[in-house]
Amino acid sequence: MASFFDIRARQAAAAATAASSSKQQAPTGADRLQPWVEKYRPKSLDDVTAQDHTVTVLRRTLQSANLPHMLFYGPPGTGKTSTVLALAKQLYGPDLIKTRVLELNASDERGISIVREKVKNFARMQLSNPPAGPAGEEYRKKYTCPPYKIIILDEADSMTQDAQSALRRTMETYSKITRFCLICNYVTRIIDPLASRCSKFRFKSLDEANAGKRLEDIAKLENVKLEDGVVDTLLRCSEGDLRKAITFLQSAARLVGATQPPVHAAAADKKHKRAKIEDDDDEDAMDVDPSTSSADPTRSKEVTVSSIEDIAGVIPPATLSNLIAAMSPGGSKGTTVYGRVAKAVEDLVAEGWSATQIVTQLYEKVVIGDEATGDWQKSRIVLCFSEVDKRLVDGSDEHLTILDLCLQVAGILGER
Amino acid sequence: MALLVDKHRPRTLDTLTYHPDLSDRLRSLAASGDFPHLLIYGPSGAGKKTRITATLRALYGPGVEKIKIDSRVFQTSSNRKLEFNIVSSNYHLEITPSDVGNYDRVVVQDLLKEVAQTQQVDLAAKQRFKVVVINEADHLTRDAQAALRRTMEKYSPNLRLILLANSTSNIIAPIRSRCLLVRVAAPTEEEIAVVLAKVGRKEGYKGCEPLEQRIAKESGRNLRRALLMFEAVHAQNDNVTEKTPIPPPDWEALIEVIAKEIIEERSPARILQARAKLYDLLTHCIPATTILKTLTFKLMPKIDDAIKAEIVKWSAFYEHRIRMGSKVIFHLEAFVAKFMRIYEGHLTGMDMDWDD
Repeated sequence: MASFFDIRARQAAAAATAASSSKQQAPTGADRLQPWVEKYRPKSLDDVTAQDHTVTVLRRTLQSANLPHMLFYGPPGTGKTSTVLALAKQLYGPDLIKTRVLELNASDERGISIVREKVKNFARMQLSNPPAGPAGEEYRKKYTCPPYKIIILDEADSMTQDAQSALRRTMETYSKITRFCLICNYVTRIIDPLASRCSKFRFKSLDEANAGKRLEDIAKLENVKLEDGVVDTLLRCSEGDLRKAITFLQSAARLVGATQPPVHAAAADKKHKRAKIEDDDDEDAMDVDPSTSSADPTRSKEVTVSSIEDIAGVIPPATLSNLIAAMSPGGSKGTTVYGRVAKAVEDLVAEGWSATQIVTQLYEKVVIGDEATGDWQKSRIVLCFSEVDKRLVDGSDEHLTILDLCLQVAGILGER
Repeated sequence: MALLVDKHRPRTLDTLTYHPDLSDRLRSLAASGDFPHLLIYGPSGAGKKTRITATLRALYGPGVEKIKIDSRVFQTSSNRKLEFNIVSSNYHLEITPSDVGNYDRVVVQDLLKEVAQTQQVDLAAKQRFKVVVINEADHLTRDAQAALRRTMEKYSPNLRLILLANSTSNIIAPIRSRCLLVRVAAPTEEEIAVVLAKVGRKEGYKGCEPLEQRIAKESGRNLRRALLMFEAVHAQNDNVTEKTPIPPPDWEALIEVIAKEIIEERSPARILQARAKLYDLLTHCIPATTILKTLTFKLMPKIDDAIKAEIVKWSAFYEHRIRMGSKVIFHLEAFVAKFMRIYEGHLTGMDMDWDD
């Protein structure tokens, strides 16, 4: 086993790996078809955005070759899976990772039988060794290759109680050669005996500066031009979920056709297009000569704020203020509150806006944004929102529920 | 003979009549070779399915339209056998997992994995991936949705999903963040009228603009419904004029009768009568939510503005109860009784204690 004293040497080696892996990030033809979320997953712990505390602790364990059982929890899109995958990559390197790491998630059958068989079998399996000879020496210098395997149970909060209980003893019995890493959104759904066997790491929502920087980096690497304020909009729409933000960015880039495919991919694409649609002029024009279009970046379209909002399903402010105007007392003569609100709600529903989105945005406007409404009224309005949210989750009819909400809020607003 | 709705359904993205922006987007997505997972949502009759079929055609060419229906048997963990129908072509599969109720997770896991792990066999195919269209995605159970999460990421080289839903409210956030959301708004009344006129010309009907506009208004911005009404009107009358009545569906007429009756007289005897009619509707498989909603909106023009908000409140309340409860007739009747009480109270000017 590696001694404690050559930490420096190993760090240098790790830095070298990081450098070589960042070279791999340059887009290639096959990569282009990958979702950016996968493509820009952090390759090493140093790449993990934010989560300083967790990363520091893990880096120390990386050097000391000892690792506790771990429980990662936090809201979606904060880098839980990415962190553990990056850790595994740094620990074992490309050759060993297949035999040393087992990743199970909710899309795999994970009942009690699987825990008893698959997990247990993997847990008690003999450790695989790095290649022998001078190549192995080299390999060992780069990667720690600690003497244990890692079992990653992703989305562990969707495992049944029984399956979780079955893990308890397994975790202890094979602790010499196996470490578990549980990943979940809600730590309360992990049964206590499991939670107490792990050291817990809380992943907090990403702060805007870090997430914004990451988004800008990705945009730069992908040659996507961003309008001013796009990054802010992305962060606002994604509510701290970096995966969501990256997906939005990729979708927006696809829609405006801002990505510039590499030459060989473009050539292959062109054949398809010829056969298909002819009125695709501007797309074709871009593809015909990619070299000039990349030399002249002003030609590519840029991602705009409105396109991001469109993709995120955000209701445009004009539509929303229309609804608020209908709900507020007064208004033009000859119309009643009911008539105006019913019309506005009917339009909203017909336009296909999602009810939860309406509720969220209305809440922001009415409760948080409105200074004129008194506290007593607001507290009652909040009650309405709570009731409606519950109903929507239960699957009530959206049209009726939203109409009810708007009328009740209008009634309360009308009292002042 | 095919219905007008099917006969004149646009087959390609170019022939779609409204939402040109959306068609452009779908076209550029299909052409880019980098097709994301899609989550298509919008009210019914807005053209979600039509747009998907057209997009698939743009992706794979006319081969997509050669479809066959397979019946597959799945086995659950408790050894129950499930029969499940799959509509498929060489390039795509179409499934409605809500058919199998609570066992949808089994279907989603087994079927998608099977598709995802086999590569495209047809070498002439234009895309390397297969597309799985999931209908009524908002009716998927939480378990099934959780099972989709990682599958969507892991097998993305071989598999793209297209989820169809009426609303995104019931789709869990992790799925939403993995898809490109596409909203299909219902067509406006003018757009419906234009479509009706176009279909009428193709069928050789005599055009009658005011009638088309009336149908568009009656349809509640639902194109499928508008086309069915249009066909019904023309089937029943050889010569249509401005004033030709549009026959409402039977169930709507019946609900109208109920609304009239409970406003006329408010007594236990009337509730009994209403119950018979409600049972009649339920036995004809009209969903309880539709009954309650239609009844509410039929009552609205007949009552005073002062109590409208109150009625909507209770309508929404009982609609929620219908969802949660097990026997729908209780809640429908309760709404009728509640309505009578509020209406009576309003007429006599008595301020009854409503807020219980």
